[in-house]
Amino acid sequence: METFVIGLSIASILFIVALGLAIVYGTMKVINLAHGEMVMIGAYVTVLASKHLGLGIYSCLPLAFLVAALFGLAIERLVVRPLYGRLLDTLLATWGIALILQQLIRIHFGFGLFGIHIDGLGSDLQNVPVPPELQQTLHILGTNIPVYRAFVFGVAAVLGLVSWWLIYKTRFGSQLRAVSAARDITAACGVNDKRINALAFAYGSGLAGVAGVLVSGFKTVSPDMGAPYVIDAFMVVVAGGVGHLLGTVLSAGILGEVQSFVATWSNDVYGRTVLFAFVILILLFKPQGLFVSRNR
Amino acid sequence: MKNPDRRQFMKVLGVAAGGLAAPTILGSRALRAEETIPVGILYSLTGTTAIVEKSMNQCALMAIAEINAKGGVLGKQLRPVIEDPASEPRTYSEKARKLTIEDKVPVIFGCYTTASRKAVLPVVERRSGLLVWPTWYEGEECSKSVLYAGSAVPNQQLENSIPWLKNKLGKNKLFIVGSDYAFPRGMAKTSKTLCAKIGMEVVGDEYLPLGHTEWASMVSKIGSSGADVIFSNVVGDSIVAFYRELRNQGYDFEKLPLCASTTTEVEVRAMGPEYAKGSYVSLPYFQTVDTPQNKAFVKAFKEFAGPDSVTHAAMEAVYTGVHMWAMAAAKAGDVSSKAVVGAVGGLSFDAPQGKVTIDSENLHSFLTPRIGKARADGMFDIVDQYSEPLVPLPYSSVGETADKRVCKVSGAAL
Repeated sequence: METFVIGLSIASILFIVALGLAIVYGTMKVINLAHGEMVMIGAYVTVLASKHLGLGIYSCLPLAFLVAALFGLAIERLVVRPLYGRLLDTLLATWGIALILQQLIRIHFGFGLFGIHIDGLGSDLQNVPVPPELQQTLHILGTNIPVYRAFVFGVAAVLGLVSWWLIYKTRFGSQLRAVSAARDITAACGVNDKRINALAFAYGSGLAGVAGVLVSGFKTVSPDMGAPYVIDAFMVVVAGGVGHLLGTVLSAGILGEVQSFVATWSNDVYGRTVLFAFVILILLFKPQGLFVSRNR
Repeated sequence: MKNPDRRQFMKVLGVAAGGLAAPTILGSRALRAEETIPVGILYSLTGTTAIVEKSMNQCALMAIAEINAKGGVLGKQLRPVIEDPASEPRTYSEKARKLTIEDKVPVIFGCYTTASRKAVLPVVERRSGLLVWPTWYEGEECSKSVLYAGSAVPNQQLENSIPWLKNKLGKNKLFIVGSDYAFPRGMAKTSKTLCAKIGMEVVGDEYLPLGHTEWASMVSKIGSSGADVIFSNVVGDSIVAFYRELRNQGYDFEKLPLCASTTTEVEVRAMGPEYAKGSYVSLPYFQTVDTPQNKAFVKAFKEFAGPDSVTHAAMEAVYTGVHMWAMAAAKAGDVSSKAVVGAVGGLSFDAPQGKVTIDSENLHSFLTPRIGKARADGMFDIVDQYSEPLVPLPYSSVGETADKRVCKVSGAAL
């Protein structure tokens, strides 16, 4: 049971990160390799806000969303937009951005060159204080449930619902789905597809920023913390099928639980190995992913 | 593009680059005079282990400055030649070669991880150089080109702590957890030998890769293993995630004590002191050690590196190593590796941790084992310490004892 809860929390983080990646890829067929760095930026927003503004982890959730979304907007405008339709080029360009963002943190956004050091940046490890109410465990049905992990799960659930509402119940969502299904026709019908792209990129990045706040509570914050997330999130997206919200939910859930159960039975290294094998099997038998949306 | 800001920025860049290049240019030309002795400083200033190694670099420079202020070695000033191996073993080997061949340094003060020591070892052995190695490590090494000054070996970290966990805290079921490489596995090997001897049960022995940050499954595994005490050989960034996960899953160090071999003041600060509070660490040095030498040392380092800086065991060993090398060179009347190694055996130094003596058989150090308990302010209360420094037995994992040595002057003989 505890293993299941751990699996859920791994899955929750995976889901939030993968959802952003899936929205961006589904809309504009761009694989954003700097997506993990959005997680890192979210974590650093938390560090800086708690150090300099005295904000708690709760108020950092929307703040990190905004900051990461702005970064996403800037990346889309400056780098991704000129490269539309060139998958490999965007892959390289966004990877370059990932490296640049890591270095910016290391050199205090350039101030380090002038000997100005901002507390909370640089190549040192940072940490975020966690409010005491999240540092407990609850006894429910004879199992111990870490409150922090439950909180992570709750945030993921809320974000999932919000995203579902955005994509399926709003004007922006219907335009987004139209663009991802048939861009040229949608644009011909008068939808500003560039605006939709920019907003989708910003929203996806913002989600990753929120994931960054959540992981900062139980992991070390460092400039290169984001890289592993891209790989994992990308696995979730391909295993779940692109452009399908429920697919992302279930695939994150399955992969999180697989990793957690194997890790508990043997160890984390095997957990990762089995995870990769699992994804390869899925792709062998279902090349489109577990869930194929009808519009493809 | 010709705005003043950019020009200013370029100017700063130029000055910075010039500043970095100056010592090497001067070093190769102008200062090649006979009145200085070049010494290599080889600690990573970038990369994963830079957090700890930066402070070691500063500490070596501080010790050199102290020696120079007292007139240097054999009437000559020491001239540090600083290289950055960037946390990469391969780069360590390249830089060590550069230091020995180009700069002709008779000694290198450097390395923090076993991987980096193993990379530098062949270079110093082949070119009759000398490495002064600071960090506690897994033992089972017997080189005559390395001075293990201040470097604890497993018996000096485990013989005092594991029996203490049993006798003092009344714990009987040990779970050993570590990062997956040579040092933690070596520590586990010695721990098991020791547990078998004192009748303690080892209920688990698990590893995660260096740098791994998802510790949830491991922590729940520890919880369900029936262990009543944890010994941690976790290293680096993972320490933070591991301790935080223990807290997040509701474990309390008062009920399930944890003793670590590699959690120093630096890592405690990185995780936030409240997460380490109440856990134990076994090392010969803590910033709170109460000796007059340590008070002076902490004060001097804060003046040297800034008031926020903390001192820790690896750093203290660097300080001890630089001073002991200088003492040995002065005693031998020569800085060559052979002369220093010949003279260093039996030398004692009043280090911040107390008296440190070099064992003439294996070039390791007699150190004072201590156990510290982490406080809310990130410092350690010393809850147990030996009255006498303990003999270094790098081969205790294979049954080396003080009377039956494996590593001798002639080399290792199993």
